[in-house]
Amino acid sequence: MIQAQRFERIPERTVDDWRGRVEGALRARVHLLSLFGRRDGDEVLVTALLQRDDGAVEVERARVAALGYASLTPQFPALHIFERELHEQTGLSIHGHPWCRPVRFEGAARGSHDRHPFHVVAGKEVHEVAVGPIHAGVIEPGAFRFMCLGETVHHLEICLGYQHRGVEALLLRRDVRSLGPLVESVAGDTSVGHAWAYSAAIEALTGQPASPNESLRRAILLEFERVGMHLATLAGVAADVGFLQGAATFGRLRTTVINTIQRLCGSRFGRGAIRPGSTRATLDGFAGTGPTTGLSLPEVHANLTLVERDLQTVEDLFTSARTVRHRLEGVGSVSPALAEAIGLVGPVARAAAAHRDLRVRGPAAYDPPVGLATRSEGDCWGRTLVRLDELQHSLTWLRSAFERAPHWTTSRVSIGALTPSALVVALVEGLRGEIVHALETDGDGRLVHYKVQDPSLRNWLGLALAVRDNEISDFPICNKTFDLSYCGNDL
Amino acid sequence: MLKALSVRAQQGRQFIPDPRSGRPEGLRGLPVLTAGECASCRACMAACPTSAIAVDPLQIDLARCVFCNECVVVCPDDRVRFTPEPSMASTRASGLLVRAGSSVEPIVPDEVFRRHFGRSLRLRQVSAGGCNACELELNAAANVNFDMQRYGIDWVASPRHADALVLTGPLTQQMAAAVRLGWDAMPEPRFLVAVGACAISGGLYADGDAIDRSFLSEVGPALFVPGCPPHPLTFLRGLLDFLGIA
Ligand code: SF4
Ligand code: SF4
Repeated sequence: MIQAQRFERIPERTVDDWRGRVEGALRARVHLLSLFGRRDGDEVLVTALLQRDDGAVEVERARVAALGYASLTPQFPALHIFERELHEQTGLSIHGHPWCRPVRFEGAARGSHDRHPFHVVAGKEVHEVAVGPIHAGVIEPGAFRFMCLGETVHHLEICLGYQHRGVEALLLRRDVRSLGPLVESVAGDTSVGHAWAYSAAIEALTGQPASPNESLRRAILLEFERVGMHLATLAGVAADVGFLQGAATFGRLRTTVINTIQRLCGSRFGRGAIRPGSTRATLDGFAGTGPTTGLSLPEVHANLTLVERDLQTVEDLFTSARTVRHRLEGVGSVSPALAEAIGLVGPVARAAAAHRDLRVRGPAAYDPPVGLATRSEGDCWGRTLVRLDELQHSLTWLRSAFERAPHWTTSRVSIGALTPSALVVALVEGLRGEIVHALETDGDGRLVHYKVQDPSLRNWLGLALAVRDNEISDFPICNKTFDLSYCGNDL
Repeated sequence: MLKALSVRAQQGRQFIPDPRSGRPEGLRGLPVLTAGECASCRACMAACPTSAIAVDPLQIDLARCVFCNECVVVCPDDRVRFTPEPSMASTRASGLLVRAGSSVEPIVPDEVFRRHFGRSLRLRQVSAGGCNACELELNAAANVNFDMQRYGIDWVASPRHADALVLTGPLTQQMAAAVRLGWDAMPEPRFLVAVGACAISGGLYADGDAIDRSFLSEVGPALFVPGCPPHPLTFLRGLLDFLGIA
């Protein structure tokens, strides 16, 4: 599987032709990576990105008149969020979309949260609970409306967009070679994932792919990021089920992990580490950071040993505690069929029997590959166990990766001109699932479109459906086990 | 039971004994600039994503700096260096200017707030476009390592119970009304803390069109905590100094 793939001379099909091809692929259960559009004069170029089982990415593009086209969502619900975004970003009419609501209230819709047409459930026993946009914790904002029958949630509608900062517009306004800091703030907890996708895309656009050693170092940073955030999520789950020893220990182990990242690159979030043409992280502290406290290989191994050992102990305690199991099992279920139908990605999909993980047949850096974690429960328990399994796999992989890359030096390639009239698709399996960056240049090699896709975009509906028929008090653990990004959705 | 004991034993004592001293290993913290004439290269200014750095004289405005290290990488004379020093909060935005030979203006403790909150401070955090890195570091300030509760400082769930509003993010237009509501719900005396380049200056989003910072022109922050994101110690030491907590 490739990290970033470049396409030139993409055929522009008629709507009917395009529909036929996309429908055919989806019926054959080809994975849809993304669907997005951009205005081109009075028309809209709509692009679908599909990924076959062997990892090859295919691009299907249509030129659509402003009249729009008949929605594919009724047949393929996984497209719902993409068609909603397409409508919001380009104004294109998507006829027959069952639920064409704003994704983040951008463009013309900005500032109209007040007028959001929440679903209304009628009946004597119905009551509604509105939460947000400000929540009762140190977290990002979003509005949730629960429609309940007694204590039971009949439906949850999630209304996002409060974090909309206009990332995609800013990405086109600045020098394409120095978008690193902005890309890292798309979802700050996924700085490494997004920075890698961006850098791989630019390197593919200029024909300067990263060396194997460089990719390996990026993958190491990415796995540290995943381990750190999975631990943060587990600490949150443990706190929400009242298992404070778990919360304290998972949190403490996260500190060890992110402090290790800091000593590799100067930031606990991997900020500034990955740039087009360079990976500024070394085992000995890289030139210019100032600190002379670079990490040595034995120290890395000592930290990994500590995390592995203590994680094992707390995991045993946590998963064998009846209270924990009782609280998580059978709560917030998403069946494998539903997960596939609505297009969930990442660990929450793998907790519902999905086998998709971009690392498995991933970039060369993942050779030997990282183990695939899947469960079949699809509930809060499954999502917790998948993260625990992924932690083990990542830690094991990190150990072998350091053995293959004992020497870290900071390389720096100066980035050349972008290939004109080309589309590049870069993919990274981030901690929440597949990160997709699609960049397109015009005939002069200038960037005309930068589509950023954080995995959370596709997973929010999963959370809404997971709480149906559960008690409203189950929401926090459903929310924690989904652990989605607001800013990654809102851009 | 044995399992619980072994988890407890492994946990050991995690709190940092004195959060007031020490520098986190490897941190890209407070910058230090070297005096001298710049060649006319201006490479750092061209590389800086937030226009935080300027030359003649060389200076970095921590209100805007996102600690991305780009200026260090491009400077041919190694005149910019980041140290692991986390202390760099200030009570004035203009105090965040770092020059060769001069650093961030020290915090001026507030006597009134010290009297009210010196032994118990309740914080309400609101993210208005924050990327979740600032939010995670603020959460970390209350974890087993930094343990800000030892000073009587803690997060609360409602603005009605809060003494200070801790703001992150560049203030999106779509959060403008909620931020104002949150602030209005807080009893007086109260103060505002701006955390991260985003909140202090708009940071990477300063020129975005989905941003509405009018709230900040009406309510001035009493404390500015630079970083992207700020280290938990930057935040904690800033608060302690501001409230005169020894
Ligand atoms: S580290 Fe700060 S001053 Fe230097 S380039 Fe980055 S934002 Fe600008
Ligand atoms: S200051 Fe930096 S870390 Fe904080 S919210 Fe803004 S982009 Fe994120």
